Amino acid sequence: MAWTKKILRVNLTEGTCKEEPLNMEWAAKYLGQRGLASKYLAEEIDPACDALSPENKLIMATGPLTGTMAATGGRYSVITKSPLTGTIACSNSGGFIGNEIKNAGLDMIIFEGKSPKPVFLHLENDKATLVPADDIWGKSVWEADEILHAKYQDPLLRIACVGRSAEQGCLYSGVVNDLHRAAGRSGVGTVMASKNLKAIAVRGTLGVGNIRDPKKFIETTNEGKRVLAENAMTGEGLAAMGTQALMNVINEVGAMPTRNMREVQFEGASRISGEAMLEPRESDGKPNLTTNGACFGCTIACGRISTIDPQHYTVVNNPQYKDNSGGLEYEAAWALGSDTGIDDLDALTYANFLCNEDGYDPISFGATVAAAMELYEIGAITSKDTGGLELKFGSAEALTKSAELVSVGEGFGKDLGLGSKRLCEKYGHPELSMTVKGQEFPAYDPRGIQGMGLAYATSNRGACHLRGYTVSSELLGVPVKTDPLSTEGKPDLVKAFQDATAAVDSSGLCVFTTFGWTLEDIAPQVAAACEGEWTPESMVEAGERIWNLERKFNLDAGLTAADDTLPERLLKDAAKTGPAKGKVNELDKMLPEYYEVRGWTADGVPTSDTLSRLSV
Amino acid sequence: MLKALQLEPEKCTGCLQCEMACSFENEGIFNPSKSRIKVFTFHEEGRFAPYTCSQCAEAWCMHACPVEAIVLNPDTGSKDVLEDVCVGCKVCTIACPFGTVNYNADTGKVIKCDLCGGEPACAEACPTDAITYVDADHTGLGRMRAHAAQSIPSD
Repeated sequence: MAWTKKILRVNLTEGTCKEEPLNMEWAAKYLGQRGLASKYLAEEIDPACDALSPENKLIMATGPLTGTMAATGGRYSVITKSPLTGTIACSNSGGFIGNEIKNAGLDMIIFEGKSPKPVFLHLENDKATLVPADDIWGKSVWEADEILHAKYQDPLLRIACVGRSAEQGCLYSGVVNDLHRAAGRSGVGTVMASKNLKAIAVRGTLGVGNIRDPKKFIETTNEGKRVLAENAMTGEGLAAMGTQALMNVINEVGAMPTRNMREVQFEGASRISGEAMLEPRESDGKPNLTTNGACFGCTIACGRISTIDPQHYTVVNNPQYKDNSGGLEYEAAWALGSDTGIDDLDALTYANFLCNEDGYDPISFGATVAAAMELYEIGAITSKDTGGLELKFGSAEALTKSAELVSVGEGFGKDLGLGSKRLCEKYGHPELSMTVKGQEFPAYDPRGIQGMGLAYATSNRGACHLRGYTVSSELLGVPVKTDPLSTEGKPDLVKAFQDATAAVDSSGLCVFTTFGWTLEDIAPQVAAACEGEWTPESMVEAGERIWNLERKFNLDAGLTAADDTLPERLLKDAAKTGPAKGKVNELDKMLPEYYEVRGWTADGVPTSDTLSRLSV
Repeated sequence: MLKALQLEPEKCTGCLQCEMACSFENEGIFNPSKSRIKVFTFHEEGRFAPYTCSQCAEAWCMHACPVEAIVLNPDTGSKDVLEDVCVGCKVCTIACPFGTVNYNADTGKVIKCDLCGGEPACAEACPTDAITYVDADHTGLGRMRAHAAQSIPSD
């Protein structure tokens, strides 16, 4: 069991909230969270609809292990059609909101339609109310959080909220929960704001029970925790340095996209690395990193809690940013730093705070600023367009000012809020947009990590590292080492990672556990909690089913195999330095074989045999 | 030898495994809202702190109870609530200076830490040893040892 077997359907147009039973037949096939909500979405909306129209729906979904003692069992996802990519979107977040939704007795919340006026959902166990949001609309996430806590006089209220960027239509806005965790990618927050839904404020006290075999569950989750504790990455590395442990490693192997992906190594990497975050500052003797922090139920605790140097220009006249908040993780440090050529750790931390405060994806934001900097360098954008802002690679002031503009959707911030693809099209240089299906790349250059090129090109939500993180295998040797510069075996590897990840994302657990766990570790925990047969094999099959369902959604939305590609820069301009020097990404050597191992036609369409084998 | 819960906030990451372990041990489900131990996040300071009953020797709650529903467990030193005696008057929740006795509206009784009868589930579940169960007379031993180490002259 472990599911609460209940969902809440909120019709924003009508202003109604109704509970209904969870479709357990679908749960048996799609598990929960990403998989199950994607099934609901695919069944309930026209994939070709306008993502920002009332026809689109937005689902907040937990997994069966969300809210349990399983390590990292606190995740939830936001599933909708993305306005950035036109594909299905699923953005996953930790923090404490997923657990709270589950404790309120719900597996998921489906939002449909559009409210005539701004509202937020107040949820107290089985009591759901849509409340006018006049007092928080137009406020940042941090301000809204404070106002809602004061309004209900309840410090235990958990809140997920969109910022001003989403209200202003920034296409890569996320949904921020617990101040600094976010369902960050693909513009899921933009969809939420388009429905005039500002926030959900949840208090759940019902608990999570319905564990199929409680004794076995405690045994298997304890064993899982032991494995994580003994693993170098999940036991020590991630707690000490977070994902920022990767910065220097990835730079050394020449897979660090730099200055809008023109280069593959960044000379300033060490100054914005996890190691740099531990160095005491001259001004106050404190390091950037105060401590690490955990999401609900997480025994890894990779979260960064940081401060900005009190002498830094971003805070001397801005005292509200001098306290601790969510610090830099690797993806943010890369996008805000390496991709823009900026090595000012405090400027990056400040920009990251703003991304959290007003809810927009630091990856897409940083990469869009990087594209704008290149457009500025070649003269396609001038200071007339930017309102006087000198968008030069390496300029910390350009980055922090850009963030201030995107936060509120003013001036050139409107253009930056379009994302890299639309920005580059607008200024006449689509080839300078480093995106797949309209979504900006994360921090691994596919010239130096070949499998990632295929993973990016075929990801169901556009360029993304979390849909198939073959970096694990290609660089870190988890679960087996493969050669990052070779394409051999990569189609199978990418498929295996994509399917396994889809299953993990549907369970309520965090994908970071897979630095230490395989499905051999995860399946017994799911099986002890949930009815049905959950083995590593059945989980892989569920993952493959989910992948094909998402693919079918995207094809029905109008995407084709032609969208499974990479920017020319990565396919034609060879890496200039490092171990991958002279290499481009050899996507054409991998893609046809990938379609074949997926059981798809040469045009990338799942065959009817494949769909019926998986009963999609 | 009596043992006591030792809380070391500097080791806490705020994961709430202790709250789940507590509620699972006492209520049979994972429910932080029914946990006898609570973890507090001080976001702006970047700190976390677990907090629960310290089992006072002269327990305010025990003395305040008008029906003698809170009694000393001589084996563990804990002050336990006798559910069938408790009348839910909440006087103990007022008397406790630390706020660690709380009312449970679902049962109409109060709940507080009883050290799980000598095997506290929170300490077992804590992944960072921020909660340990140690000799009650030496909860400061670890810190003493750390300072002692500093007192040794180095070469």
